[in-house]
Parts: sequence; structure tokens; C-alpha cells
Amino acid sequence: MAKHHVTTTVNREPVELLCDPSATLLDVLRDELGLIGSKEGCGTGDCGACSVLMDGRLVCACLVLAAEATGHEITTIEGIADGNTLHTLQQQFLEDAALQCGICTPGFIVAAKALLDRNPDPTETEVRFWLAGNLCRCTGYDKIIRAVMNAAAKMREETVHG
Amino acid sequence: MNAVEYAKPQSIDDAIRCLTNAPAGARVLAGGTDLLVQLRAGVVRPPLIVDLKGITELRRIESTAEGFRVGAAVAGAELSEHAEFSNQWPGITEAFNLIGSTQIQGRATLGGNLCNGSPAADSVPALIAAGVRCIVVGPSGSREMAVEDVVTAPGKTVLTTGEFVSQFLIPARAAHSGDAYLRFIPRTEMDIAVASAGVCLTLNAAGVCTAARVSLGAVAPRALLVAACAEALVGSTLDDAALAKLAAAASAACAPINDKRGTIEFRTKVAGVLARRAATIAAQRARGN
Repeated sequence: MAKHHVTTTVNREPVELLCDPSATLLDVLRDELGLIGSKEGCGTGDCGACSVLMDGRLVCACLVLAAEATGHEITTIEGIADGNTLHTLQQQFLEDAALQCGICTPGFIVAAKALLDRNPDPTETEVRFWLAGNLCRCTGYDKIIRAVMNAAAKMREETVHG
Repeated sequence: MNAVEYAKPQSIDDAIRCLTNAPAGARVLAGGTDLLVQLRAGVVRPPLIVDLKGITELRRIESTAEGFRVGAAVAGAELSEHAEFSNQWPGITEAFNLIGSTQIQGRATLGGNLCNGSPAADSVPALIAAGVRCIVVGPSGSREMAVEDVVTAPGKTVLTTGEFVSQFLIPARAAHSGDAYLRFIPRTEMDIAVASAGVCLTLNAAGVCTAARVSLGAVAPRALLVAACAEALVGSTLDDAALAKLAAAASAACAPINDKRGTIEFRTKVAGVLARRAATIAAQRARGN
């Protein structure tokens, strides 16, 4: 089986690799690049645990072929923090205890970042609809929604005073 | 997954050549939200996947004198974010905004939602109601057809080997017209339509309906364009009698399946209710235009 050559950008770093033409972006992120923050929950685009950004747009990495990544910019959970400084969303998930087992957390944080990049001041209803494609089977959603609302408020403050 | 090759042609002609020269079973890839699930489940094992997203015409939204020309590989979210489009066609926009999650809406395309052939595809009744046509390209040239003529049965279309939908022709909204789309699901989000209705109608200065198109989803092997529903509305002021006639015509057109998501009786009844409510919303919008 001929390997497919992929040239892409992952977390601002240029990446070149050879992959099976039917490999998903999630397969390659986890198995070739060692970026195991994105999780495979369902593999069918229902759970959102593999959420990543492709040119800033939120997608399920399990529903994108690795071959499709050529020429695009991918951001995973590993690219959200600034070096050793956690992103406000990450810090807020910790402070609000918005996670239990943690499998869904990377997807929620990437998805929430995509929302706040577009809409820094969402209503709770907007947050709940935007995150409807991210499933959590441990905690229920209240703490997660609260963490996103609190992070959004802090990020608005940072913008004003930063 | 067992596909052996991936191709990303840069023109319609190259894509047709790829598909025509490929062994049987080659598949086109647009948003991938259905195809990748089928690949993973082993339902399809294409020898070649032809990614259509490298073709400029398939990725463009153009505003033309006749309305909009929208590439088949444009994602629903990209269309919804087009302010001029969503302002003219709120019903089509709300249909796309109901498909799956944010993650899915950013990938799932107009062409894919139609050609996947699901009877419950949300965008299809809205497109049919709006009188949308599409361009099919293939080895023997291109042809234009109404959206309602593309799907023949669940998962089946009129497309032959080497053919794919390249663009959708969405008319400019006529004066004093409005469209709306409603579906029933047992929750608020992330589900498949149990029944749905798309309505587009035009009113005259006296508030009398002069033209209407009503389409029903998930209540037959494919989305239906129901002439009797349009007849119930045309000539009326959308008074209670006309809306009751509309609901009865919609229910009469249903030939649904019985499954865990809805019984035949439920789907038949609800299709009428949704048609009536969608017509009321479309009329409110028409009065505002």
C-alpha cells in the first residue's frame, strides 16, 4: 500500500510525514506524532474527545483524513498553553474542578477556546449549544459550563487590562 | 480502514478523470462526516478516495444576479456564516445549524448532506422548499436538476459512475417571500429528525399566498415535495382553515417507517404539525420582507 506524503503545521511547527491514505488525523496525531492529548472516544464524530482546530475551525480529528491536513494548520490541546503557562481555560478547569476522569477534558478545552476566539462574551445557552458535541460521562456538565463562563470573564478582563 | 489511495484533484475535469479511471467503488470525499464513519465501520472499502476540496468552484459561495451559486464542498457553517445568504434564506440556514455538533457543522457539506441520501437529512427539505437546483458534472458533461430529483431511495441517488454534484443554484429570494425549517427530535440538539418540514412561500400586498413550496423529511424513503400542501396555501391568507388543510395534506403524503425514534402514527401526525408551524414562521418572515 502506497504511503501518502503529508506536509502540514501542527501547533505552529511544520510537520512532514508518510501515512496510510486511510489513516485519520487522530491516528497520526497520536501514533506518529505522540500527541496523545486528543482522545479517541467514539471514532465516529459523536463525542468530541478528539476535537482539534483546523485553520481555527473546530473539527473532530477522527473525521478528518491525515491526508487532508496538507496545507492546513492544526492546533491540538498540546498547543493551547503558552510554554509552561496554562491557558486561562486550562487553569479555570482546574480551579472549578471541571473534570473527573479527564478523557473529555482536552476536547472541551479546545472546543471552548474555539468558541471564545469567536465570541468572547457568550451566554450560558450559547456555551451549552456550542459544546453539545462534547460528551462527558463523569461529572455532568454544570462545572464545565461554569469553568468556561468564568474563563471567558477572566479573558475579557485580561483583554481590558492586559 | 482499507482505502488504498487518496487523490485531491484541483479541477472538475481532473476529478471526473480520477473517478472514471478508478476501479469500481471509488468514493468522493467532501466533508467526510459520513464517509469516514462508513470507512471505519467497514461498510465501504473504496480503492480510491477523491477529495473534492481542492477544486475552487466547489469551495466558493458566489452572489450572482440570479441568487447564490454555492460549491457542493462548502460546509454548512461556512454558508450560515455568510451574512447576505443567511439574511435571505433563514430557513436553509436554520436547517444547516441543526446538523450534528459544532464540530460536524464545520465539516459537513451541502453536497454531502444531499448525496449521502438520508431521508432525514436536515438541509434537503429546506433546499427543496427554496426551489434550489444543482449542477451534476460527469464524464458525459454537466446537467442541471432540481434537488428533489437527486435522491431516489435511502442511500441511493441518480448519479452514475464518475458523476458528482458540483454546485447548488439557490435563487434570490422573491419579494415578500420567506422560508422556514422545523424538525422534531426528542431533545434540543444532536439528534436525527423524526419528522421535518421546510416551507417557502410568497405573499402579495393583501397578504394572500401567491406561491408556496412545502417539503417533508424523514417521513418517506426520500424528502418529499408535496404539491397538495402548496395548493392548500396558495390563494389563502394562511387562515386556520388553510393551515388545517396544509397539515392534513402533509400527513396524507407521509409514508414513514416505524422505528425506535418514532412510530408511523407519530411521524404522520407530527409532519402535519411541523408543516403548519413552519408555514406560519415563513409567512411572518414574508410579511417582514
